[in-house]
Amino acid sequence: MKFSIVVFPGSNCDHDAYHAAKHVLGQEAEFVWHKETSLKGADVVVLPGGFSHGDYLRTGAIARFSPVMNSVADFARGGGPVLGICNGFQILCEAGLLPGAMLRNRDLTFHCEHVSIRVEQTDTPFTSLASQGQILSIPIAHGEGNYFADPDVIADLESSRRVIFRYCDVSGRVTDAANPNGALNGIAGICSAGRNVVGLMPHPERACESALGSADGLVLFESVIAHVAAHGVVSTAAS
Amino acid sequence: MSPMDPALLERHGLTPDEYDRIVRALGREPSITELGIFSVMWSEHCSYKSSRLHLKKLPTEGPRVLQGPGENAGAVDIGDGLAAVFKIESHNHPSFIEPYQGAATGVGGIIRDIFTMGARPIALMNSLRFGEMDGPEGARTRRTVEGVVAGIAGYGNSIGIPTVGGEIAFDDCYAGNPLVNVFCLGIARADALIKGSASGIGNPVYYVGSKTGRDGIHGATMASAEFDEKSAEKRPAVQVGDPFMEKLLLEACLELMKTDALIGVQDMGAAGLTCSTCEMGSRGGAGIEIDIMHVPQRESGMSPYEIMLSESQERMLLVVKRGREAEVEQIFEKWDLHAAHIGDVTGDGLMRVKDHGQIVAEIPNSALVDAAPVYNRPTARPAYLDEVQRFDPATMPAVAPKDALLALLRSPTVASKRWVYRQYDHMVRTNTIVLAGMGAGVVRIKGTSRALAMSVDGNGRYCYLDPRRGAMLAVAEASRNVACAGATPIGATNCLNFGNPQRPEIMWQLVEAIEGIGEACRALNVPITGGNVSLYNETNGEGIYPTPILGVVGVLDDASRVVARAFRGDGDDIVLLGESFGELGGSEYLKVLHHMVRGVPPALDLERERRLIALLGTAASAGILRSAHDCSDGGLAVTLAECAFDTGGIGCDVNIPGVPGHAVASTDIATLFGESASRVVVSAHGSDTSALLRMAADTGVPAKLIGRTGGGRIAIRVDDRAVLDVSVDEAEQLWSTAIARHFRGRAA
Repeated sequence: MKFSIVVFPGSNCDHDAYHAAKHVLGQEAEFVWHKETSLKGADVVVLPGGFSHGDYLRTGAIARFSPVMNSVADFARGGGPVLGICNGFQILCEAGLLPGAMLRNRDLTFHCEHVSIRVEQTDTPFTSLASQGQILSIPIAHGEGNYFADPDVIADLESSRRVIFRYCDVSGRVTDAANPNGALNGIAGICSAGRNVVGLMPHPERACESALGSADGLVLFESVIAHVAAHGVVSTAAS
Repeated sequence: MSPMDPALLERHGLTPDEYDRIVRALGREPSITELGIFSVMWSEHCSYKSSRLHLKKLPTEGPRVLQGPGENAGAVDIGDGLAAVFKIESHNHPSFIEPYQGAATGVGGIIRDIFTMGARPIALMNSLRFGEMDGPEGARTRRTVEGVVAGIAGYGNSIGIPTVGGEIAFDDCYAGNPLVNVFCLGIARADALIKGSASGIGNPVYYVGSKTGRDGIHGATMASAEFDEKSAEKRPAVQVGDPFMEKLLLEACLELMKTDALIGVQDMGAAGLTCSTCEMGSRGGAGIEIDIMHVPQRESGMSPYEIMLSESQERMLLVVKRGREAEVEQIFEKWDLHAAHIGDVTGDGLMRVKDHGQIVAEIPNSALVDAAPVYNRPTARPAYLDEVQRFDPATMPAVAPKDALLALLRSPTVASKRWVYRQYDHMVRTNTIVLAGMGAGVVRIKGTSRALAMSVDGNGRYCYLDPRRGAMLAVAEASRNVACAGATPIGATNCLNFGNPQRPEIMWQLVEAIEGIGEACRALNVPITGGNVSLYNETNGEGIYPTPILGVVGVLDDASRVVARAFRGDGDDIVLLGESFGELGGSEYLKVLHHMVRGVPPALDLERERRLIALLGTAASAGILRSAHDCSDGGLAVTLAECAFDTGGIGCDVNIPGVPGHAVASTDIATLFGESASRVVVSAHGSDTSALLRMAADTGVPAKLIGRTGGGRIAIRVDDRAVLDVSVDEAEQLWSTAIARHFRGRAA
């Protein structure tokens, strides 16, 4: 199956996602330049981390206007699995494919470190092989990962079980001390109403090999591979 | 005899003698634009006029060296047809004036030096020096620390190159003159290194990147002067960085380099368009003619003088093959960059600058480069040395070992740097196999079995007490740190941070340090492939400690054999490699507990060091080292504590032999906190210990089994007497919060 990895000017985790999909998981992987409109036959679309357009404006605010984003939206509407990692999550929020926005980390500094996150829901293409409550050790690397949305949106996310990952301590408790950035309700990742679009601030592609300190991120990729195998290819004009 | 206004010359940092030299080289009086060009090219920063004679003493050749000093960066062969391209550079003066942008543009500059060689940058490191965060200058120092760290993070994180390690020390002597040295390493195909030279008459010269503005004019001259109270007024001479633009330039240049349309490329760093034009012409034995009307400009009404001297960031000068223009322009268009054709290569060896067709500067490259002044400045051994080297440990008041250890762990120089490196993305590119704070920086090379280890080190206090020995110790420490990761050191780069070379005492420190570096590099087989000299690090006549910083790169043939600092489990054997002599001169202990910088730095036996480094490589590749950590600031007790940190509380229980020649109480202190060189604490499974000890004996390295890991406490006996016992949790709490507590937000 094929991972299409969208490259915006300023993306810098594009090669990491490519490496994880292609060399660690042995899948097909291809870069898609942001000016393109074809997703090149994608089974899965990844919006990677980085600083698209420098993120001098709001994170992701310019990237959402790239031509490729129309195709990503079509792919998502057709039920295709889309994973937004870090800056990719921010872009999905700006594009309206996911609700909410990211504020600066509450201590105003960038954080790059391994954190623990708890898998809250397993009925998404990216968590189907995980178990509910499973604790993953996955790095974060962001200055603006403080998830925010108005109370109605948060309530809706919670009641529709669309909070997929929460920051937690090593034993799985969601505490303020375990929250690295101040995100509301400890939210580290969410999904769309259709559950096929998932965005998260942590970097699963950085946790796919034990040599890098953790292989806990593999479950997201293995889940979507199993999901595509079970559900077949999404057919949209864009893919 | 010069008719030039002396005040004008002074503003350009030129002496009357140098002005006469310009007139002789040109055969006429220079125009104002030409005067500006000479002033930056002959600045200390660009011409190395005070250090050049002595830098020749450094070993720069070896079987692995593919590129020595003289190009944008050095390169060494790492096997698999690949080269490691690396260099360290200072951005001290700009970082003092404007910490965030000064540090950020330092990172941007060193990254450009690496990718202009045709290498993809894969790792950054830095070496920083600040004043003390407590005390009268504390508030300003904390602002500087915050700004510098955020600037390094802001640039490196955005461009997506991991900052995999570094070192930081705090001392009052840096309060008015912080040091920001940045190191970058990239990987290139060994047969495809790109040079910064222009050749082929008629080949077009392109300008790519940010537009030229009035920022940074005379940055190189500023970096060659001392500071005073008015330095804040120099803020316009500091540039503003744009990591996004550089990311585009980096990707576009690497894409262009895969074609064979490129002849040469150089970044416009210090001295901007001037330096790149004349150095590319000079290296290629050619001339370059440009018309500044084609230079993309951010502001209107800029004079030729301003355009030639601007240090606006993120700009590159390229020479490409005639006939390939469309292909080149297309690559830059893809990245939304505009490549402006600003001139051509000529055969006359001149740097000719026109403004709408009118010549505004015409200077032989040889006059700028070869006729540049070279000074053999007088040296004199500083008078302070006799006084500070006198030191009798018996005169020190007694301190309880546990109190001393906890005080040292709280000292910001020793304490955990997590508050700093957590702000650096040290994992992007998914190659970092030793995370920041856990030892040398180690990145694997995808597609091969290899990894590269790198370390930057220096100890200004040692160099203040004995610049020659201090510099040798810096080479040894950086090499040892790389070896602790299991790598074989193969090359080095240096950044020489000193005061005003026109003072004979400073010049003496510089010469002693360079000679020391040369001697150590020869003995340890680490040739210097490039670097940087930063002089005039003085504010109001107060010089910094002489601070040479060494960056050493090593290669691990089998990345899976990499070793890190921390203990791995309970019940492992702990072995001390090397010998303790209880040397407290210049130690962190003396500074922190007795507010004293005295004595002589530890002795260094280079042959002993060489054997230790060889042993570490052999033992690591045999897979018998569970952890390895070198003894440096704070001595053996601090090293043992650091091995126990970040492990979830694995402790250690050791019994170490007391060093000879002291009364009992001072024996304990000298044993625990003396900083004798060439020592490493390693751990191994008990079943491997005898093999390790045999290897050590075969290599001629003293080695002693001193205890076991486990127990949750740092328990140290000296000659069977219990002298220190503290829980890992208590010690780690102090160590891990000592820096973070100075800054807002949550501690750790």
